[in-house]
Formats: sequence, C-alpha cells, structure tokens
Amino acid sequence: MPAEHTPLLLIHERDNVAVLTRSLPKGAAVEIAGRTMTLPDALGLGHKLAAKDIAKGEKIRKYGLPIGSALEDISAGEHVHLHNMASDYLPTYTHEEGRRFGEDKA
Amino acid sequence: MNGGFQAFARQDGGKGIRNLVAVVYLIECARHVAQRITGRFEEGRVHLFGWSGCYPNAYGAEMMERLCTHPNVGATLLVSLGCEGFDRERLARRIEASGRPVEVLVIQMDGGTRAGIEKGTACVRDMLEKIEAVPRVAMETRELIAGTICGGSDATSGITANPAMGAAFDLLIEAGGTGIFEETGELIGCEHIMSERAANPALGEEIVKAVSKAARFYDTLGHGSFSPGNAEGGLTTQEEKSLGAYAKSGDSTIRGLLKPGVKPSAPGLYLLDMIPDGEPRFGFPNINDTAEIMELIACGSHLILFSTGRGSVVGSVIAPVIKVCGNPETYARMAGDMDINAGRILEGHASVREVGGEIHGLMEKVAAGQPTLSETLGHQEAVLSYKTFEPLGPDCFPH
Repeated sequence: MPAEHTPLLLIHERDNVAVLTRSLPKGAAVEIAGRTMTLPDALGLGHKLAAKDIAKGEKIRKYGLPIGSALEDISAGEHVHLHNMASDYLPTYTHEEGRRFGEDKA
Repeated sequence: MNGGFQAFARQDGGKGIRNLVAVVYLIECARHVAQRITGRFEEGRVHLFGWSGCYPNAYGAEMMERLCTHPNVGATLLVSLGCEGFDRERLARRIEASGRPVEVLVIQMDGGTRAGIEKGTACVRDMLEKIEAVPRVAMETRELIAGTICGGSDATSGITANPAMGAAFDLLIEAGGTGIFEETGELIGCEHIMSERAANPALGEEIVKAVSKAARFYDTLGHGSFSPGNAEGGLTTQEEKSLGAYAKSGDSTIRGLLKPGVKPSAPGLYLLDMIPDGEPRFGFPNINDTAEIMELIACGSHLILFSTGRGSVVGSVIAPVIKVCGNPETYARMAGDMDINAGRILEGHASVREVGGEIHGLMEKVAAGQPTLSETLGHQEAVLSYKTFEPLGPDCFPH
C-alpha cells in the first residue's frame, strides 16, 4: 500500500504517534516511518500507531504534548493504547477483564 | 457577524431565544405528577426538570433559582410533594421577583396525584397563554451566551469537532458574544498552556489551581472523567482526552473563571470551574454530561454546542443543544441526531475553519428560532446532584 494511501494523521511534528483516519481490517498494510507493516488486528478510526520507535518510560506525544508514558519499548507501527502506555495522572478503566473500576489488581 | 433576530424580553432585563414553561419537581417523589402534567402538552413548549434529593443544599437551591429564571423560561410551575427539604416558598418568591408567572402545586395539600395533575395542567395551560403576550425584542449575536461541552468522546473529537467548535467560539467572541467552556477535570494536563491564555497572571494562577483541584478530587474518588467508550474510541489517557477537549475553547483570551450559576459579568471567553470546593464529598462532580449542560445553562447559556464522537443523543431542557459529530463513521450511522458533520474534516472534505463557520451560522439560526435536531426529537435530559461551592474571589472576574 503506497504511503499516500495510508490513512494516518500526524497531528503535530513533535508527535511520536499518528492517528488512523479510517477503520482498518486485520491484515491491512500500513506504511509508517518508511516501513510497511501488517495490522495484527482490526483497528478503529482514531486509534494510535507509533510513528517511530519509542523507548520504555518515554513520553507519548500527541498534539505536540505528552499524553502519558510508554510502559514498554514500542516499535514504529505498533498500536499504542492501554496495553503499552499509561496516564501520568489518573488510571484508565474499561469494561475489560483486569481493567474494570473497583477490581483488585492481581 | 452582526446577526440580529427576535427574542423574548423578560421583565428582569433578560432576553430569551425560547419562550417555554418549566414544570419543576422539588423532589423525585413529585416527579411523576410533574411528568404527567408535562406530557399533556405539545413537545417543546413545556420542559420538565427538578431536584431529586430530600435534603437541602445551597448549590441545589442556587441552581434551581438560576434555571427557573433563565431568559428562555417564561413561567414556572413548581411541583412539591409537601414534606421535602427544598424551600419552595423561597424559590417561588425569587421567580416572582424576576417578573415571571409562578405557581406552586403541593401534592399533599392539593388532593394527591389525580387532582394534582389536573390542577397543574390547568396552571400550565394558563401560563402558556400568558407567555404568548411576552414582548418581542431585537437581539444581536453579541448578546448571546453559548456553552460548550463534549460527551461520548472518541479520538476524532479532539481532531475535528472540538477544534471546529473552538473556531465557532472564536467567531462568536469576535462578534462580541460570550462563550463558556468547562470540565476542569477534562482539562487535566492542559493547565499550564491554558493559564498562558488568561487575561491576567492572577487569573492564570486561579486556572492552574482549579485544574489541580479537579485532579485531586478525581484522584480521591479513584476514577477520572473517562469512560470505557472513550478507550474503545481510541483514547488512552485522561490527558489525551483533555488535550482534545481543550480544543473546543478556541484561541480567544480567557476573561474569567466561573462557578455553576454565576453569570459572566462581561462578554468574552470563560472557563467554568465545576469541581466542588473543600474536601471531596457527595461523590462525582458531574455524574454525566447532562449535569454539565445544566450548569452551563445555569450560568446563562442561551444555547449549547455539544461535540461527540461515539454518538451522544442527549438534548436538554431550557437551552437548545447543537450536536457536532466528529466521527464520520458515527455520523453515517446517526445522521438523524447530528446537526453538524465535522467528520468531513477527517475525510478531507472540509477545513476546521469551514466547519467552524457552519456551526456559527447554525448558532445564529437556532437563536432565531430554528429547532435543533435534539429539540425536534424531544430530547430533554436533565440531572442535578449534590455539591458544595465557596463564593468566587474577585480575581476570577473581569474588572
């Protein structure tokens, strides 16, 4: 898939994540940071992909500003979400097992 | 923009863009009777809201007074059970002093449910007739107060709908109007960039304090203003959601900090600090989006701009809600609920500035009487809950 067809938006030049502007199915080819990678899972519009390699502990930047920190090393093109980054302020809760509000952390 | 339109002149000097009768229950126990009365009338002319709790609360009393004397409200029927803690006589006196017709129905004194519904229905019918005679007056865009909120946010909200609403706010403020943005808990992480936009350094410091109060409050409760749907929509952290939410404030100078029920003292852009003061108690600051809308309305907002990505359908009592949808996939599913399709920005079909202009144009039409989709659909969600506030200091106001 040529770069110009990859539906990604880098909001600010300082950002290390880019945003999907269209939902993509599992297996879709995405060109990012000069590499072509294949999406291991379907991803919805608005989700973030690493625009470059990010080291564990490094700030994740979107809108040119920090939105949290990397929990592990993240390679360019990887999905960046709850599994590999966290807020520097407040925890995020979802309906998922292990992430629900009031649930004891194992 | 110097759009002019016909408004409703209230005796207290307010100018309303709607002319409605409010049916207001003073405790949940009186809601059924109030709701049945409301249901007897054509949708859109009679609005139902109220205070659910039995115990008195100064914030609740203040909010109810502001809402019952809002410029869009022409007359009010108060519906009391009779034994609740709410001071109905005081509220009735305040409404009367504003020059609006007011009646108090006390279910325990007025014969119970059936007789109460009949008596209340007759009162409302009479009020609708009376408010037909409210004089019309010319109103300009510069006299408008708009509130802005985001709800059911996803990762598109901060890229499309919120920046477009920010652009619309800039146009409103350029025209001499007033804008109020809010949810300091959804501005966590933006406090320093936001304080640089304050009209003066003292206000800048107050803004930083207000956001750190929000962070402390949510930290104590252990849950931020962040829902599972936000995460499904691609948002990962509170600060990511905040930066997206912040965009709806536009670029104008922040003139002052408000608390719920406080009216802006001069035109311009204001931040509403809705986090209770003092030690956290009574639970979450705003239990859902409609609680925030009620506070924006209690600050005098004539209308509300509401951005959504996941697809919120809520409207409101008293003030029309303009729904701006940031996500083109959501818009395709729910176009019947969305006044503006800001998702076109993501598809490359429109710029932020163009959609901002479109929102501003729609605000003027809605102010002139055009119903929004949520009004047409009959959405009138409204909730209020317990809070405690200290009075605003003088630094938070424009001179």
